[in-house]
Amino acid sequence: MGKYYDMLAEDIRLEEGLKACMNCGVCTAVCPAAEFYNYDPRQIVVIVQTRDDEEIERLLKSDTIWYCGECMSCRPRCPRGNTPGYVIQALRTLSQRLGFFTESEKGRQQLALKRLIGDNILATGYCLTPRNILPELHPEQGPVWEWIHSNDNDIYGRFSDCYRTEGSGALRMIDKESMEELHRIFEVSGGKAFYDTIEAHSERKAREMGYNGATHEYMMDTYTLNSENHY
Amino acid sequence: MAHRASWQEYQKDIAPDKYYYARSCIRQNFFPGSEWAFLDILSNKLGKDIYDDPLHTSCTGIGYHSDVVPLETIMTVVARQFALMAEAGYENFVSSCITSFGIYNEVLATWEEFPETEERTRRYLKEATGRDLVKPRSIAHTSDIIFYQREAIARKAKHRLINRHTGEPLKVVEHIGCHYAKIFPKSGIGGSEFPYVLAGMIEAWGGDVVDYPERRHCCGFGFRNYLVQANRGSSIANSHKKLESMAPYRPDFIVANCPGCAMFLDKWQYTIAEMDGVAYGADGKGIPVLTYEEMAGLVLGYDPWQLGMQFHQVDVEPLLDKLGVEYDPGAKYLGAGGKYIGKPADAAINCPSQRPIYERRK
Repeated sequence: MGKYYDMLAEDIRLEEGLKACMNCGVCTAVCPAAEFYNYDPRQIVVIVQTRDDEEIERLLKSDTIWYCGECMSCRPRCPRGNTPGYVIQALRTLSQRLGFFTESEKGRQQLALKRLIGDNILATGYCLTPRNILPELHPEQGPVWEWIHSNDNDIYGRFSDCYRTEGSGALRMIDKESMEELHRIFEVSGGKAFYDTIEAHSERKAREMGYNGATHEYMMDTYTLNSENHY
Repeated sequence: MAHRASWQEYQKDIAPDKYYYARSCIRQNFFPGSEWAFLDILSNKLGKDIYDDPLHTSCTGIGYHSDVVPLETIMTVVARQFALMAEAGYENFVSSCITSFGIYNEVLATWEEFPETEERTRRYLKEATGRDLVKPRSIAHTSDIIFYQREAIARKAKHRLINRHTGEPLKVVEHIGCHYAKIFPKSGIGGSEFPYVLAGMIEAWGGDVVDYPERRHCCGFGFRNYLVQANRGSSIANSHKKLESMAPYRPDFIVANCPGCAMFLDKWQYTIAEMDGVAYGADGKGIPVLTYEEMAGLVLGYDPWQLGMQFHQVDVEPLLDKLGVEYDPGAKYLGAGGKYIGKPADAAINCPSQRPIYERRK
């Protein structure tokens, strides 16, 4: 009893986010994710507070912890000074470290996030760039974005002298030395190892599910498929 | 808002000059004209010293809130940004992004409360980059600076937020963005309950702020709830809730603090019109969604296409006409150097045949 809680407690966000919950449910009342999903942050905090290994392991392997949008609307509302959003962050980090995230549909999406956002950070120094917001993956961006995406040099050139080249300005190419520093930061601080952990567990799970490893096809399936069992 | 004094309980010190500017991944992608305008207003209209450093990277905040970038890593990236600021000779850090602004405040608060994390970050930074962490004297979001300068901007105004056809103040919905003050209420002007940062600008420039039920609700970004295609129903549902709530007040435009919120409230209107044939503007079209830089720029007389308003999916021309802003329709979709590069396909949200939501309800 308490093994997983002890692991969670190593994350300062648990210490900051969970003092003692009185189960009032204000967090759930204001939570945008709780309105959409079958999701109740109050219940998650209560489960973590029990320190029950079996219950926490079930959470770590569930879709439930992946519904939160980390808007942190819960934080200023809690009358006891808790932050369920921080508890979620600690749960998600542990779920990935242990490989439990691959046991749920929403958890498996972490591979797509690692590749689409995480890898872009190390490739460009930015979380997103115009060329990685592909219109075919973003129909909601509409025809204006299609036009921008197709004419990026001409359009961004109107606002920046250094679009995709070195200098000061919007969407400048980040210089080689800064990129090397960013890569070393990821290596020294554990960011790179965390990426590798997501890849390794996804590889194992993909094979278990009948894919030929954590291929692009597997990643795209995690990105697009929705079982509709979340509401 | 004018009659509510609660926002005054949450004041913050904003440096009057000498700023280090950190760009935003989302703002520079979707609103590059806004970043340009902010720098131009500060430097050329107000005579302030603001440094646009070519060396800083993303704060990695979208990766952090997608739970793929660990806390220790983002802390070290943030420490590098602060080190660059100090090396450039500045101590007032200004973030162009709400997600980043929340991150910078969270990291500083964490270092304060858990000093061992600051020591670890200093070690990581030194080992990875050879640089030394120097913490900023002040942290501001770019909107804080515009708020601070709102009266100076009002004195230089070419246009006020007044409908030139009726003489009435324009009705403006302001959207703050959750990470501006919900994480650290004391870090935002007006706190999380009565944020005043945008309302103060609107009032100073002649508009009326719309108070509506879902004013404080999230735009719906929710990081993984938008970034992963399978989850986008959650994102659009939250924007839908806000739009349904604000529509009966017939706002002339929305202004957003956060670049992500501005983009989502614009793009989800397009999507809802395509899906359901519903538009939320009183004219049967969409409600224009502006950044505060665009709002300030129009007040100061900047050209809307120089401000990048052609990046919006909901057309802004009806609003420009109300404001009396002159513009060249033929210049809207030109590329750099005036090159003709075609134009986007039409969209239902910009067609007046859309039925406004409150007429549909009748």
